[in-house]
Amino acid sequence: MLETIWFVLWGILWAVYFMLDGFDLGLGTLMPALAKNESDKQVVYGAIGPFWDGNEVWLLTAGGVTFAAFPGTYAVMFSALYSALMLILFALIVRGVALEFRNNADSVAWKKVWDVCMVFGSVLPAILFGVAFANIFQGIPIDAEGIYRGTLLTLLNAYGLLGGVFFLALFLEHGAIWLAVKSDGDLQKRAGSAARTIWPVLLVGAVVFLVVTWFRTGLYDNYLKNPVLFVIPAVAVASLLTTRVFIAKAAWWRAWFASSLVIVSATLFGVVGLFPVLLPSSLDSAYSMTIHNSASSPLTLKIMLGVALTFIPVVILYQGWVYNLFKGKATGKGTAFGDLY
Amino acid sequence: MNVLLLSRLQFAAATLFHFLFVPLTLGLSILIAIMETKYVTTGDEDYKRMARFWGKLFLINFAIGIVTGITLEFQFGTNWSRYSKYVGDVFGSLLAIEASVAFFLESTFVAVWAFGWNRLSRKAHAATIWIVAIASNVSATWILIANAWMQNPVGYVIRNGRAELTDFFAVVTQKFAVLEVVHTASACYIISGFLVMGISAFHILRKQNTELFVKSFRIAVVFALIFSIVEVIQGHVHGTEVAEKQPTKLAAMEAHWETSAAAPIHLLAVPDEKNERNSLEFARIPGALSIIAFHSPDAIVKGLKDFPKDERPPVALTFISFRLMVGLGFLFVLLTVVGWLKRSKLDSSPVFLRIALYSIPLPFIAGQAGWVVAEVGRQPWIVYGLMRTGDAVSPIASSQVMVSLIALTVLYTLLGVANIYLLFTHARKGPVDATADTHKREE
Ligand code: HDD
Ligand code: HEM
Ligand code: HEM
Repeated sequence: MLETIWFVLWGILWAVYFMLDGFDLGLGTLMPALAKNESDKQVVYGAIGPFWDGNEVWLLTAGGVTFAAFPGTYAVMFSALYSALMLILFALIVRGVALEFRNNADSVAWKKVWDVCMVFGSVLPAILFGVAFANIFQGIPIDAEGIYRGTLLTLLNAYGLLGGVFFLALFLEHGAIWLAVKSDGDLQKRAGSAARTIWPVLLVGAVVFLVVTWFRTGLYDNYLKNPVLFVIPAVAVASLLTTRVFIAKAAWWRAWFASSLVIVSATLFGVVGLFPVLLPSSLDSAYSMTIHNSASSPLTLKIMLGVALTFIPVVILYQGWVYNLFKGKATGKGTAFGDLY
Repeated sequence: MNVLLLSRLQFAAATLFHFLFVPLTLGLSILIAIMETKYVTTGDEDYKRMARFWGKLFLINFAIGIVTGITLEFQFGTNWSRYSKYVGDVFGSLLAIEASVAFFLESTFVAVWAFGWNRLSRKAHAATIWIVAIASNVSATWILIANAWMQNPVGYVIRNGRAELTDFFAVVTQKFAVLEVVHTASACYIISGFLVMGISAFHILRKQNTELFVKSFRIAVVFALIFSIVEVIQGHVHGTEVAEKQPTKLAAMEAHWETSAAAPIHLLAVPDEKNERNSLEFARIPGALSIIAFHSPDAIVKGLKDFPKDERPPVALTFISFRLMVGLGFLFVLLTVVGWLKRSKLDSSPVFLRIALYSIPLPFIAGQAGWVVAEVGRQPWIVYGLMRTGDAVSPIASSQVMVSLIALTVLYTLLGVANIYLLFTHARKGPVDATADTHKREE
């Protein structure tokens, strides 16, 4: 029971992480396409500046919870995906630094360097998280000892890449909508039209992904056993359609919430399909890491549950307060020092 | 090169680098909170300019603290997967608590502080930097509790082929953890205090914004003085705990080879590990080690020779690092006492100001040396007495680690350079003048 609760929490943490960091990764990727001049760029940075770090902590918590609740899975998953994770890590590092450093010197060359880091550091995690999760959905070659029997290229199979493209499209849409929320004038127009352009791509991506998933993974087994669960992918599709409706009405906040729901339900679709496995082995299902063979002791799970149920709601409250505090349009005072200049 | 060596190098590089930035986050946040609180209570605009000036340096530094921390959190899984599996039940929960309890707070509120000058009342704004300060220190506490558990594991049993938690309270409150938290936090406050003293000294020497920097200096010198004294006294207590819990580390810290009563301390020595002796020894203080470690001149201190060879840490590195840290520790007391005595006649003490400026790197060095003592001295154990570092490493290809190590080194070097460049330019520039940065909504 405890294991199951933790599995659910684990899935939710990832879903929330993708929902929050999704928009800033997507927007970072779109920046060169949308921001025509320095003041546009300032708005883009300003739309990300106050939020990205708080968003990224959801990743740390998702990782930390994997470690705490399912140490066996954490060990195998992180070492098996070594190179992919390191790439994500380096990307997140240069991106975080770009956000904080870019506006701290006046030179144009300095700003250019960090802009490049920003784009590279945004697009790479967006794709790689998709690749990683798609591979987790279909299973990776781990043996009885939890040793990975593949290379980085093993992960770059067709389904993995499809996952990468799908995630990227999700995040791009989410990011474009966010910029529309945070900007006005021409920039907002461009953001809106980007959202309209990406949407059909995302729709096709979603359909293809759902279909290919049927053939390439065992995710649907749980759904067939328990058809009620189909409500989750149904919500994903419905909210994707709703997103488009709100985009058409230029109701940007609503569109953003709808698009958040798309990301959350898409993530949960995969997670629920995995249950009770956390990391399937493609060599032999007996080698898979599950909530039964990799969970922590009941005592640890209980203590952690107490901590999580106390603090996560508080986190949601104060992060909500911060989003509300900064709900206005992003100003030209982009990064880091915010009002210090 | 094998995976173990590469992973150790990578871990050491990543943590030592992280600990160059972390101390300023912990200490500067408190100093800035004090400054801003003074602004709120006195209404003196100088304190606001001060908070904003040091705030810039704080934010530059904070960024690297964050991104290097993420590497560390991932590394337990990527490079030390066997360790993670074996002790994750205890250790993983401490890391996860750190993230959910503290990281969220500090990273959310640091943004509110940076971006919220015109959106919050003065009091609310000052509160946000206090939240950042407290949350950072809480986060440090949790990670240090985790590290203390690796130094001295308690509150667990070996069950189901791994270490399982039996007593959470014991893990969180054990003496080793308390000592480590106090010692490391004090180290961070010393580091921050010296930075503020040094940069203030620079501006006082140049006669720029003298009044503001004299005020900064006075706040910092009191802070650094208090914690320098705490550090020396508490460091001694820390040492006695090491003597009791980690006798091999103590022997290495003192390059003490032969078990003996009335064991001496050598202020300096050149350990010769191959021949199990010191090739040179200077300034012998007879009986001092027995007294310091066990409070009795007759106490027997076990020497390295009485430990199996494969349970001894690298002696020379541990010994030298310990000497360096302790020597600097005493120097800091001296420097801060002098600084405190001169606090009201700073502009007429150019020599001292120059010393203060050039002392900025010293506490950083002491802090790095301290971690080398604690971590290298713990070898060959990753969890003292329970798991060897060699059994902890991930079953992965060494080529992968080689690539990541090189990439990490290059990346960190570049970041370090960019960071120092920014710190220098902003520290030099000094505070922006009072008219340029007025609060919009406050009046
Ligand atoms: C004594 C203090 C101390 C020590 C020993 C460590 N850290 Fe650290 N860490 C901090 C004190 C700190 C901090 C002061 O709280 C930081 C610096 C900047 C920040 O945001 O928080 C931080 C940041 C930080 C972050 C980024 C948090 C964010 O995004 O806001 C992570 C993931 C870690 N750390 C993880 C680690 C791990 C896994 C360590 C051990 C191997 C470690 N830290 C050692
Ligand atoms: C920022 C503070 C820290 C510094 C500077 C530091 C430094 C080091 C160094 C230099 C080593 C290498 C020892 C060797 O030669 O093998 C090491 C090892 C290690 N430390 Fe720490 N440490 C820090 C904090 C921590 C913390 C808080 C933890 C645990 C939470 C930790 C866990 C480890 C582990 C797992 C190893 C083994 C890997 C290895 O041997 O390199 N360290 N650390
Ligand atoms: C006379 C003064 C000092 C004494 C007697 C002392 C003693 C010690 C001892 C015995 C350890 C090893 C603890 C272990 O292995 O776990 C240690 C570790 C350490 N020291 Fe010191 N120290 C002194 C001054 C300083 C100063 C001035 C700094 C930095 C500014 C510093 C920073 C550290 C750090 C960061 C560690 C590693 C973390 C820890 O184990 O607490 N120390 N110190």
